[in-house]
Amino acid sequence: MVTDVVLLQAAAEFFPNGISRYAVGGLLVGLGTVLIYLGTGIPAGASTFLESTLSYVSDQSRFQQYVASRDWRVLFTAGIILGALAFAATFQSGLITSPLYEPGTTGQLYEVAGVTLWTTDIQPWRLFFGGILVGIGTRVGKGCTSGHGVCGVGSASKTSLVGVLTFLTVAIGTAQVVAALGVSP
Amino acid sequence: MSNRHPLFKPLIFVGGLVFGFGLGFSHMARPEVVVNFLLFEDLGLPFVMFGAAIVSGIAFALLPRIRETAPLTGNRYERRLKPFDRNVLIGGAIFGVGWGLSGICPGAAYASLGVGNITILWALAGMFLGAYAQGYWRSRRAERDSTAVSAD
Repeated sequence: MVTDVVLLQAAAEFFPNGISRYAVGGLLVGLGTVLIYLGTGIPAGASTFLESTLSYVSDQSRFQQYVASRDWRVLFTAGIILGALAFAATFQSGLITSPLYEPGTTGQLYEVAGVTLWTTDIQPWRLFFGGILVGIGTRVGKGCTSGHGVCGVGSASKTSLVGVLTFLTVAIGTAQVVAALGVSP
Repeated sequence: MSNRHPLFKPLIFVGGLVFGFGLGFSHMARPEVVVNFLLFEDLGLPFVMFGAAIVSGIAFALLPRIRETAPLTGNRYERRLKPFDRNVLIGGAIFGVGWGLSGICPGAAYASLGVGNITILWALAGMFLGAYAQGYWRSRRAERDSTAVSAD
């Protein structure tokens, strides 16, 4: 009984938004990956879109190797954007509610044509410079949180496990240093 | 490719829809939530990444035993295995600094645009610039290496 209370308190502290929205969201991310894999045999990652899309505008050999996959990668990304918009139009707008979905208090909400949209408080310079490093790192490191983190780990790939451990550790260190320097949001 | 199955592109699109909806629902499209995980203030993120990895892992393990090839492409069902080299560590570390600084990664950044986050365009611009810079540099290096070989 006492352990139950202690566990509950720890859970409340470390999971202020519960775990169900994370678990359900993760299952859906996995399901999207599985749908594509079932039909095509492709373990899809999100970051190759950067290089494959650059092949439309650049002749560099590094980008041209993705010409064969660039059309479907554009569709995959368009699907991701519209899927997130469908979430915004339903759960984020309060049109559908569920005990599995905890709304959250981060960022700013605004409305366009009856749809509740959301925007971040994180400063643009963090997004921009972070984005540059993400763009370099994911391509040099052969994958991102979906390629390595979902498909690679799902494949029990040692390379991906090492990749995930590397970026997770470095990201935790970086975020702690940035916060310690007083940068917020 | 032009000889692909007519359902190839619709399936990719539907897969992307479900994937993006999941990123929205899990709040991974919100950079703040990712940063809060990295600061140990909300430990929800592993449920997303490993939850997704378990679901896809089941498919990656089972499908190759059930069928040889995928119906829409004829591709063999294979696991996602990439060769390990130093780049995995170097690239992973660079990615980690960027992820820790901004709270964004590629899939979540596209989804972030979908939930209405216009400010994420800064991150998308940064990602394309970074991907272009490494591609430009690697293309040059590949050219230099091949001319060096042919000169021998």
